[in-house]
Amino acid sequence: MVARLKQIACGLIDWIDARFPMTKWWNEHLAQYYAPKNFNFWYFFGSLALLVLVNQILTGIFLTMNYKPSEADAFASVEYIMRDVSWGWLVRYMHSVGASLFFVVIYLHMFRGLIYGSYKNPRELLWLFGMVIYLLLMAEAFMGYLLPWGQMSFWGAQVIINLFGAIPFGIGDALTIWIRGDFAVGDPTLNRFFALHVAAIPLLLVALVFFHIIALHEVGSNNPDGIEIKKNKGPDGIPLDGIPFHPYYTVKDIFGTGMFLILFALIVFFAPEMTGKFLEPDNFVAADAMVTPEHIAPLWYFAPFYAILRAVPDKLMGVMAMGGAIGVMFLLPWLDRSKVRSIRYRGPLTKIAVTLFVISFLVLGALGTMPAGDVETLIARVCSVIYFGFFLLMPIYTSIENTLPEPDRVTMK
Amino acid sequence: MSGDEVDLGRRRMITGATAVTGGVGAACVAVPFVSYWEPSVAAQAAGAPVEVDISELRPGEKITVEWQRKPVWVIRRTEEELATLQGHDDSLRDPQSEESDQPGYVTNANRSLKPEYLVMIGICTHLGCSPTFDPERELESGWSGGFFCPCHGGKYDLAGRVLNGVPPPKNMAVPPHRYLSDTVILVGEDEGVA
Repeated sequence: MVARLKQIACGLIDWIDARFPMTKWWNEHLAQYYAPKNFNFWYFFGSLALLVLVNQILTGIFLTMNYKPSEADAFASVEYIMRDVSWGWLVRYMHSVGASLFFVVIYLHMFRGLIYGSYKNPRELLWLFGMVIYLLLMAEAFMGYLLPWGQMSFWGAQVIINLFGAIPFGIGDALTIWIRGDFAVGDPTLNRFFALHVAAIPLLLVALVFFHIIALHEVGSNNPDGIEIKKNKGPDGIPLDGIPFHPYYTVKDIFGTGMFLILFALIVFFAPEMTGKFLEPDNFVAADAMVTPEHIAPLWYFAPFYAILRAVPDKLMGVMAMGGAIGVMFLLPWLDRSKVRSIRYRGPLTKIAVTLFVISFLVLGALGTMPAGDVETLIARVCSVIYFGFFLLMPIYTSIENTLPEPDRVTMK
Repeated sequence: MSGDEVDLGRRRMITGATAVTGGVGAACVAVPFVSYWEPSVAAQAAGAPVEVDISELRPGEKITVEWQRKPVWVIRRTEEELATLQGHDDSLRDPQSEESDQPGYVTNANRSLKPEYLVMIGICTHLGCSPTFDPERELESGWSGGFFCPCHGGKYDLAGRVLNGVPPPKNMAVPPHRYLSDTVILVGEDEGVA
């Protein structure tokens, strides 16, 4: 009986494989995709980002079933989801908490790439795909935040759209009206942001994630030692330091998923607003075009860039600094001139630079959510200089410092 | 040319012509999709002029009306407040309002038709927040209070003129307006004022 079932199953697989590369893909990307055996904690965040993407798409689809993207109904429809729809509060909180955790996971994922030099040759394009995903994610989050049509939704959108108004020669003002479809943020703006948030950008995101993974599997994963495992292959052509992604890393990632879901559930059930960090108090007041809240701040994941914007006392220069802070990250693969990838084998200059960069990024993030006084502005300016210094001086400090010798084989520390 | 030979030059020419024609077609198709985002006829029509009754407005008070979806303030300034508009030109970015947006008939220090009544679009010229009306605020020398934008710390005097060293590039805009009578202002239309 069992033998007969097995025969049918194998027959079915053969039948599919003759018509669709199922087994081929399974092997290429999972069972015979060899990843370095020394992955550590930092390597959880790629698969977790994928998990959160699925969460956002799934909960997002359900939210659209009750959300109404119009100026008159939007705020009330979100309240309706929260209060009257069965389990609506859970789906909505999973979506809003998921958005913040998406950025937590992505920032940690990017930090991993930064410290282990995962963007260096031959992984430049992999990094660029990742940066485009990050940009799309910011656009997605920004447009999504308008949808509840609260005060912070409205004024946040007002401020960010007006960033484009800084473009000179009369282009800026025309551009802002074009983006809004009205003289101020209004019904047309909300409606088109909804379309972009639920259809256009998710489609692009999924496509880019696909490219990101294909590019990764073409060049192979980097690792904490930053050395190429493909240089040491066994007689069978398999890297000596490589292990098949499935089952080894699928099991590891399932453990990471479990830990992540525990944290996720704790936040969703006990602190979905995260003391105003994930959902700001002013957003529980419906949008009012006549009154700006006393203190408007972006959500935490935009705060570092917002602090840079505010640190510059000139509108156009401020917007350029803000854009530059994100744009300069695209250049990372070409700014880094070090002979080694991983921070483990780099000299003290890089280690100091990375430490200062992380501190300045966190301080900017904290400042971006606070009102801007004179002291805060001064600190923000110092941190902005460090932020840009980290990138723009990178060609110098990565090329003049002495690096440590890299091992031939990966280490398991 | 014999029938067997492939004329590569001709083939390239046809390929190029097809690509160019297709490209022009694609660019033309983009036009309606780009224009689709412009304000619709309905949105444009919603910007009609608004009448404001100022008979109940006492000195030192502000009222807000909506015009073209923007907050328009009418503020009745006191004698003391008007006095603060003189003598601090050095600390202003654009004291004569030369770089700013207003009708020609309000390019004075008060930026108004009648000195007392300021009619202004209450939107910060930095990134479009609506500043708070803070006539008593004294944070630093050279600024005797006015409007403070909570978003990025923009500071304006009581005529909506921006101070030096803060992000907004211009003074706040004054909309076209005229007095229909002593107590009624029409915002959004100024025929016959100049």
